[in-house]
Amino acid sequence: MIPAPFDYVRADSADAALAALREHGDDAKLLAGGQSLLPLMKLRLATPGVVVDVSRAADLAYVREDGDVLAIGALTRHCDIVSAEVVTAHAPLLAHAASGVGDRQVRHRGTIGGSVAHADPSADLPTALLALDASYVVRGPAGERTITATEFATGFLETVLAPDELLIEIRVPKATGEAWGYQKFTRRAIDWATVAVAVQARGGGTAISLGNMGSTVLRAASAEAALAGGASAADAAQHADDGTEPAADVTASADYRRHLARVLTKRALAAAGRS
Amino acid sequence: MNVTLTVNGVSHTVDVEDRTLLVHLLRDHLGLTATNIGCDTTSCGACTVLLDGESVKSCTVLAASVDGQSVTTLEGLADGERWHRVQEGFRAKHGLQCGFCTPGMVMAAVSLLAENPSPTAAQVREGLEGNLCRCTGYHNIVAAVLEAAEGSVAR
Ligand SMILES: Cc1cc2nc3c(=O)[nH]c(=O)nc-3n(C[C@H](O)[C@H](O)[C@H](O)COP(=O)(O)OP(=O)(O)OC[C@H]3O[C@@H](n4cnc5c(N)ncnc54)[C@H](O)[C@@H]3O)c2cc1C
Ligand code: FES
Ligand code: FES
Repeated sequence: MIPAPFDYVRADSADAALAALREHGDDAKLLAGGQSLLPLMKLRLATPGVVVDVSRAADLAYVREDGDVLAIGALTRHCDIVSAEVVTAHAPLLAHAASGVGDRQVRHRGTIGGSVAHADPSADLPTALLALDASYVVRGPAGERTITATEFATGFLETVLAPDELLIEIRVPKATGEAWGYQKFTRRAIDWATVAVAVQARGGGTAISLGNMGSTVLRAASAEAALAGGASAADAAQHADDGTEPAADVTASADYRRHLARVLTKRALAAAGRS
Repeated sequence: MNVTLTVNGVSHTVDVEDRTLLVHLLRDHLGLTATNIGCDTTSCGACTVLLDGESVKSCTVLAASVDGQSVTTLEGLADGERWHRVQEGFRAKHGLQCGFCTPGMVMAAVSLLAENPSPTAAQVREGLEGNLCRCTGYHNIVAAVLEAAEGSVAR
């Protein structure tokens, strides 16, 4: 299988990518690691006229500390997040979630920015980043704007990103020494989560996010509220699926997903030391 | 478009369509057919090659993207008549049956050992999760990779 014909443009910096997007308009599609886009193009589910390849934009591949925040360039690969000591030290939930993305080959190519921009509700990094209260820096013709993880995805594979905008940085408030838990349920190796739950403690509060429990990644707001109100982890976990509308597909029915959300939330809370 | 890349130590400039995948550049343009196409959907790992020393699935990389980079395929592993230690491990431990998955399995194992020279059996199993084998049941593949690893532990 080969993709439908397109024109290839190489953009080795953020500026070059923005210029190419401006020039080619709606017909252009950014290519980062290609681990989501190329399979779609091979199946002809995506047929861009122009592919703007940012996979080697070195100015967008970095992990650095910026005061209380970890600043991660959008083109940072999954494997580099797994091995970055600053991530393991200040956002271990993120490093752990990245280590479970696909397989080693996928992690050698796929990027955090591609994963966030693709907005698959079952993806590991967006689930972890939502619990970490991350925000996303986007650059376009009108300059830069910062969008919270809560506001970024608007539907299944849909985001607030405009076609001429580039995600440039993921900003993660440090969670140094705070407890966390991550539970990903899959039937097969290298698969996306049937349901995933991320838990991140921070300053006495606890954030809980859900992967694959709706058209976007979600915060388990009722379960968080129950915990904040003094409920036990087991009782709070019973509210993990409140208000969610999970899909039914070949791997799971909607009811099974609801069950998984409750069970995995309890386990993730236990891993984070909440009982 | 022209793509210039180093394959198994030799520089090539190849004129390809923009949409050409790396695996087709290797097989159809350079005649390097050790790299197999299995699933063609990024799942089976049969097409695994090394890109600047790291394993990638060449059915899911554009040839154009690797311009200026270095690719190693199974054909480039042996040093003349001397096999690579991972190849030796596969022979010694009978790590293949039909052999279809083997080129990808070997390249994935070379990359795994470069990143983790002394893996446990469990780490080998997990490290090769992106490569499917329909014949061996994996047992001998894991033994082959442990055989090749230096100072491997916990067999
Ligand atoms: C076999 C396999 C298993 C996988 N398993 C998992 C898994 O278990 N969990 C998981 O979370 N993911 C999984 N993935 C997906 C993987 O994480 C991808 O790497 C990721 O979703 C996309 O990142 P990419 O860099 O490859 O992006 P690409 O595929 O290049 O791009 C994806 C989309 O994002 C857009 N985009 C990319 N970068 C930017 C940017 N900087 N600004 C704006 N838009 C951008 C592209 O235009 C495209 O629409 C798997 C993939 C494969 C092939
Ligand atoms: S042919 Fe590339 S992963 Fe199967
Ligand atoms: S030896 Fe036949 S598929 Fe692995």
